[in-house]
Amino acid sequence: MSRIRVLVGTRKGAFILTADGQREQWEVTGPLFAGWEMYHLKGSPSAPERIYASQTSGWFGQQVQRSDDGGKTWEQVGNQFHYEGTPGTHQWYDGTQHPWEFKRIWHLEPSLTEPDTVYAGAEDAALFKSGDGGKSWQEIPGLRSAKGNLWQPGAGGMAVHTILLDPANANRIFVAISAAGVFRTDDAGQTWKPANRGLKSPYELPDPDAEVGHCVHRIAMHRSRPEVLFMQKHWDVMRSDNAGDSWTEVSDNLPSDFGFPIDVHAHEPETIYVVPIKSDSEHFPPDGKLRVYRSRTGGNEWEALTKGLPQENCYVNVLRDAMAVDSLDPCGIYFGTTGGQVYASADSGDTWKTIVRDLPAVLSVEVQTLP
Amino acid sequence: MIRVVLPYHLRTLARVEGEVELTIEGPPTVRTVLEALESQYPSLRGTIRDHGTLKRRPFIRFFACKEDLSHESPDTPLPDAIVNGAEPFMIIGAIAGG
Repeated sequence: MSRIRVLVGTRKGAFILTADGQREQWEVTGPLFAGWEMYHLKGSPSAPERIYASQTSGWFGQQVQRSDDGGKTWEQVGNQFHYEGTPGTHQWYDGTQHPWEFKRIWHLEPSLTEPDTVYAGAEDAALFKSGDGGKSWQEIPGLRSAKGNLWQPGAGGMAVHTILLDPANANRIFVAISAAGVFRTDDAGQTWKPANRGLKSPYELPDPDAEVGHCVHRIAMHRSRPEVLFMQKHWDVMRSDNAGDSWTEVSDNLPSDFGFPIDVHAHEPETIYVVPIKSDSEHFPPDGKLRVYRSRTGGNEWEALTKGLPQENCYVNVLRDAMAVDSLDPCGIYFGTTGGQVYASADSGDTWKTIVRDLPAVLSVEVQTLP
Repeated sequence: MIRVVLPYHLRTLARVEGEVELTIEGPPTVRTVLEALESQYPSLRGTIRDHGTLKRRPFIRFFACKEDLSHESPDTPLPDAIVNGAEPFMIIGAIAGG
């Protein structure tokens, strides 16, 4: 029977949640790296017992940990992240220029095929790559050449928070940056171009249609159709049917089109999930009701999923890296909250259960479906 | 032998309990203590001072014999009580809401 391993990063350590394929009885392991901010943990698709973890601290800086036994033991690997050349400047909150400074790794994306190859998304925004299992890191500097001087930090900082590797084209990578937008390379990282046409940010940018500067919170794809992308922007849920060349809004009947995560059903490429949040001024669900919204039409027609989720007095947030899906049938959906709850649905979102409810604030959730 | 007190999170990274003891080559200073510490515990590289510039990280402080040495030159000789092991050299995580 298949097994599920959920990797949870929190403000004060990491947790590993495991269950069999029924997804009813859960074992909670942790905290791992207690007291550290664990921004993200992710397993290698080609070697699932290998897990990479970003461990960070305002006091002691960045660490990267690697496990080769599914999280039982860990090895500290490389933590030197140097920007190539002269780092230069980007836009600061007030529009002035500000030097690029490494702060932390937000997201680790292991290669789809090579266990020793892993990408890291950094704050201040940059993309790094390791070809030796995380021991050493090199920047892919072409990304910051895509008008990096016009990028600016969002409220959480200026970071590469999403890295999507195209399963059909090893040379194509998408990244998303707050607040810069989506960028795509078609030559394995040598050159990058902004992929933000159709995004509108009238409350964040002097030119609402600017080529870069948009506060993209998350993008997602289904591996069977990598040219179709879905986006939760600061405001607006968007889709692209041409690999980011252009975007159209698909928010329609959502109670709020502000939010952070977005994800795609494992077996239905047109079924997508978001968690509406009231506004950028009030980072909690509308009406105190925690509702996942599902569209089975790739957007525009949304239904609220509420069974098992708190429908009163709920004022948590769900951060951008804190939702994931498994690949079982029916598809499992998982998300974590800033209140420390991790919710799971074993029926594509129809009903929800709490796996664990009193963790530190959840920063990230990833899922591994194991044989 | 110089005794060094590490903050909790650096003890866990270095996988040590309690104080660590270092043998210093050359004149005992903040710089030579940190060099010996990082040599003996490579997992601490980058956690106390920047990899490239070797500057103290902003939220790290150095205390010795009830004095704050954080802003002294890293080449200032350490007090005798540190050098002879009577007092520990303390690496502190700044009080910053944690």
